[in-house]
Amino acid sequence: MNTEIIGVVFMFGLTLLLAIPFGRYIAKVYKGEKTLLDFFTPLENAFFRISGINAQREMNWKESMVALLTINLVWFLFAMFVLMVQGWLPMNPDGNPSMTADLAFNTAISFMVNCNLQHYSGETGVTYLSQLICLMFLQFVSAATGLAAAAILFNALKERTTDKLGNFYNYFMKSLTRILLPLSIVVAIIFLFNGMPMTFEGKDTITSMQGDTVQVSTGPVAAFVPIKHLGTNGGGFFGTNSAHPFENPNYFTGIVEMVAQFIVPLAMVFALGFYLNKRKFSWMIFGVMTIGFLCLAIPNMIMEQHGNPAIAHMGVDMSSGAMEGKEVRFGTPASAYWSILTTVISTGSVNSFHDSFMPLSGMNQMLAMMVNGFYGGCGVGLLNFFIFIIIAVFISGLMVGRTPEFLGKKVEAREVKIAVIVTLMSAILIKGGMAIAAYWITADPSLPWLNNPGFHGFSEMLYEFTSANANNGSGFEGLGDNNPFWNISTGIVLILGRFIPIIGPIAIAGILAGKKYIPESAGTLKTDTLTFGVMIFAVIFIVTALSYFPALALGPIAEFFSMH
Amino acid sequence: MSKRQRKAPLFQRELVNEALKHAFVKLNPRIMVRNPVMFTVEIGTAIMLFVTLYSIISGDGSQGSPGYNLAIFLILFLTLLFANFAEAIAEARGKAQADSLRKTREDTPAKILLRSGDSYTESFTIVSSSKLKKGDVFLCETGDTIPTDGEIIEGIATIDESAITGESAPVIREAGGDKSSVTGGTKVLSDKIKVEVTTSPGESFLDKMIALVEGASRQKTPNEIALTILLAGFTLIFTIVCITLYFFAEYAHTQITIAAYISLFVCLIPTTIGGLLSAIGIAGMDRALRANVITKSGKAVETAGDIDTLLLDKTGTITIGNRKATNFYPAPGIQLSDFTRACVLSSLADETPEGKSIIELAGKDAKNVSIDGATFVKFTAETRSSGVNMPDGRRFRKGASDAIRKMAETAGNTFPLETAGRIEVISTDGGTPLVVAENDRILGVIELQDIIKPGISERFDRLRKMGVKTVMVTGDNPLTAKYIAEKAGVDDFIAEAKPEDKMAYIRNEQQSGKLVAMMGDGTNDAPALAQADVGVAMNSGTAAAKEAGNMVDLDNDPTKLIEIVEIGKQLLMTRGTLTTFSIANDVAKYFAIVPALFITSIPALQALNIMQLSSPESAILSAVIFNAIIIPMLIPLALKGVAYKPIGASALLQRNLFIYGLGGVIIPFIGIKLIDLLVSLFL
Repeated sequence: MNTEIIGVVFMFGLTLLLAIPFGRYIAKVYKGEKTLLDFFTPLENAFFRISGINAQREMNWKESMVALLTINLVWFLFAMFVLMVQGWLPMNPDGNPSMTADLAFNTAISFMVNCNLQHYSGETGVTYLSQLICLMFLQFVSAATGLAAAAILFNALKERTTDKLGNFYNYFMKSLTRILLPLSIVVAIIFLFNGMPMTFEGKDTITSMQGDTVQVSTGPVAAFVPIKHLGTNGGGFFGTNSAHPFENPNYFTGIVEMVAQFIVPLAMVFALGFYLNKRKFSWMIFGVMTIGFLCLAIPNMIMEQHGNPAIAHMGVDMSSGAMEGKEVRFGTPASAYWSILTTVISTGSVNSFHDSFMPLSGMNQMLAMMVNGFYGGCGVGLLNFFIFIIIAVFISGLMVGRTPEFLGKKVEAREVKIAVIVTLMSAILIKGGMAIAAYWITADPSLPWLNNPGFHGFSEMLYEFTSANANNGSGFEGLGDNNPFWNISTGIVLILGRFIPIIGPIAIAGILAGKKYIPESAGTLKTDTLTFGVMIFAVIFIVTALSYFPALALGPIAEFFSMH
Repeated sequence: MSKRQRKAPLFQRELVNEALKHAFVKLNPRIMVRNPVMFTVEIGTAIMLFVTLYSIISGDGSQGSPGYNLAIFLILFLTLLFANFAEAIAEARGKAQADSLRKTREDTPAKILLRSGDSYTESFTIVSSSKLKKGDVFLCETGDTIPTDGEIIEGIATIDESAITGESAPVIREAGGDKSSVTGGTKVLSDKIKVEVTTSPGESFLDKMIALVEGASRQKTPNEIALTILLAGFTLIFTIVCITLYFFAEYAHTQITIAAYISLFVCLIPTTIGGLLSAIGIAGMDRALRANVITKSGKAVETAGDIDTLLLDKTGTITIGNRKATNFYPAPGIQLSDFTRACVLSSLADETPEGKSIIELAGKDAKNVSIDGATFVKFTAETRSSGVNMPDGRRFRKGASDAIRKMAETAGNTFPLETAGRIEVISTDGGTPLVVAENDRILGVIELQDIIKPGISERFDRLRKMGVKTVMVTGDNPLTAKYIAEKAGVDDFIAEAKPEDKMAYIRNEQQSGKLVAMMGDGTNDAPALAQADVGVAMNSGTAAAKEAGNMVDLDNDPTKLIEIVEIGKQLLMTRGTLTTFSIANDVAKYFAIVPALFITSIPALQALNIMQLSSPESAILSAVIFNAIIIPMLIPLALKGVAYKPIGASALLQRNLFIYGLGGVIIPFIGIKLIDLLVSLFL
């Protein structure tokens, strides 16, 4: 095994090793049990007092969702306002301009929904103030929103009948103070020692060997990058994201960033098991997610290492793999691994140029986002996966001759209806958006969108909508996307792609929580078994394949076969 | 039990003919719309009709040749007919079944009695049974056929119910008590009864059942609704796929014909399960009917599959009728043969099943015993013993141990220690001791035991594997009950049960989230039958019991509950597995149609044509043909139901996932390829 592969295996193993105890800790936090970080309690209480929130009052699922949507709306308005006037605000040493309305709309939404689709470039598009009080702030709170929603799900799946599912603000606050903030500080310190800039000075000037002077953007990068990964946000400080030497200086920081973006989603899977005292169930979920992840990641690593046949045809040596768009300091396997990791878990940060990946690697990145539940984003990954569980429970319940049950609650028409709506929504958003884009570009090929016509251009547009719907934020950046069509269309997809897959699963969980608890019997289908794992996997595979096969056939698959 | 076999072939000619007719009638969009999946197919078919007409009339070849369009239209039309036929044949079978029961009660003369004050005159007028109203009273004498359902208000009679139950042995029905109900179509073999009509014409359980099967009052069951939503969801997903594909194809400069679009769409949406869904539901009720169970709603059958707890009466279900004598234990100093003689003497006049079983056990020893001139002492609740007084002055008594003991001790005789010990042993073994005395001297003890039905513990085992808890209900004391419960293998028991105990037990189970089924016949069972999630009333039971339950068992067979649970499970499983199969089929259909759509504009996509189908037209035709013929091919499975095996839920899922999931992926690849080979001969 070459060292590049060992590096990847090491990164995965390390994350898993850290995620299990961390999951136990998260379960404790949401259960309200004693933890090491209880010294934050007075601070939390102070915040609650100032905001006039009674964090002890239990809410039902609807109240929680109203609270969630309300604070999100406030953040959105705040962020959009700041972005539109940032040029006149302080902390702008580079003199960057204010954003146009459509770009500010897209950016504010994009960060609020934990997506971080960036139609601007960090160096020139935003000021330090915006980076910190808009973007970094949203990176914290959007991740905490997802985690708090997942905490409500945990609570709802307990073995009892209730409509009281804890206090949303309490979960939200604790996600920040007990999980995201402490981890961010630790990671930031590691970054600082690896030379990541942390300054409020403007551009630095260096003189190159030829004697030219070059302006180099810097900024408070080390503060920004930890939460970008820990919160599965992915929005880079700089335009080229984690391929930028200041944002990801070396292989070691590459490891840290990969572990950082992976750890919370993975830990949440285990937290579910610790919280409900169903650890086997967690391992089943972990198994399904990991198989799905590996089915995407391994082929990508192989394909990228094999290089590009079209370039090989020109007589270029492909022994180090398809290096177009990749950083030499990371190499093909680590880049391929990152590209799938960042797409399965809705981070969307990149250390290589996804647009340059082999066609089927690009397809796998899209598939990762179409599923959006193999680990998935901070908290929301589990919510997405929950929808697949409900569908799998329903079909398999029928297959064993019993009204479907999940963790002692009957799954009936209403829950199925919500699950169907959530599934439908992503199909509509991705393909509907794509159809409109395809229609426009066909009608007017002169639109400045596509640098690559044909199949690859199709993939670029498909990727953009997929990324927006999955709240991922990465892109096939060959797409010219900073224009009203893309800003507004993806902005709408972002909002719907965020909140429907949060509200839907929470609604199902809330309804289930209110149902009578049925103790397990020998006729009950156990959901923590290998068989049920296979069933979920089959559901995910079938739903995704059937929904997206024609679109993928016209993009990456057609490109692949044309290439060979 | 000599039950009449109700297994008819799946496709009887007259039923098929009727179903074919109905398949066309059901094309009416107003009926179709109840089934969203097939309704969308109907819309697609209508569009294809226009396209076909257009291509024939205009001669415009841009939408494919007229022949090709016509072929697609015809196949889609067939798909609709097949789906309708599936529903119609299920209905026809159910109706035929119900009709055969109903025929037994067609117009028979009824001897209607006139009311005179509170009683009824003995004179009657003869009217047609169809004229009988609820509350009328009619007379039935030896040889009469009972004109309609009712309750005996006076008299006792032996009745031949074989027309309904298939059971040839006559049964006794009498006024009062729990055996007072008679069914129309059955025949009085002896005696005379006065019967009050309990249902208005057209409202009997059978009539309700027929209405359910015919669809007039058939409501979708909760699981069926949920499944319909899921299928509608899939249909919508594929609608989006097809609509957006138009724009994608425009981008790829590909012209897709309407026929190809509609074919893709119809192939993708879950037509297989959509077409068979209602047939499966009807077939479930039909299977219940074939088991001689009349269900009042489809929901009841479905609920039966979910039952967690089953309340079963001990007598008749777990044990064969009554106790039997199994052993004679003489007291010390008494010869066994003498004791046996005494037992026989004390029992010869005893008409109870226990008494008869003592004679049976004695065998040939009972032959030369005579009780000529003896006087019988009947059992009374006071003495709790019975026996004979012989002409020679000997008095034989047998009865409950404490009663005989008291008798003996009053007369100054001792109760032998050994016998007392034996009594103890018999009691703890779940038996009943009967002590026999001669002239107040203890002779010994007879052991009576409940005989557990052969094979019943295997059935309970099967139930346990299904996850159903069995509870035995008995009037016995807790000790006896516990013994029998253990021996028969039930999970729990209610001893010294009163009707309110049953009720309390059911409530308790339901409170902890369980679904309970029970069977009952008496009026005092009615509240519990109503409370239970599945209440099966015996046909012989009172009208109140039948009204309270949601099923009626025509055979009066208490073990029927087990069958009902399996029928319920089969119903759900058939839906689940066919849904899986239907959706899994789509993988192959994609591989057939998608390369066919883009063959001209994107030749590279030919690599996806892994089945090597000969041409785009034949690929599309093959996929649609496969999609159509799979429906009739699966009708037998839909009607018979997927076999239920009690191997545990996970193992069952594994099995069905393998057969219907993996099979559903693979079979269409083979099927479509074969059809393509055939179709390409004609293209």
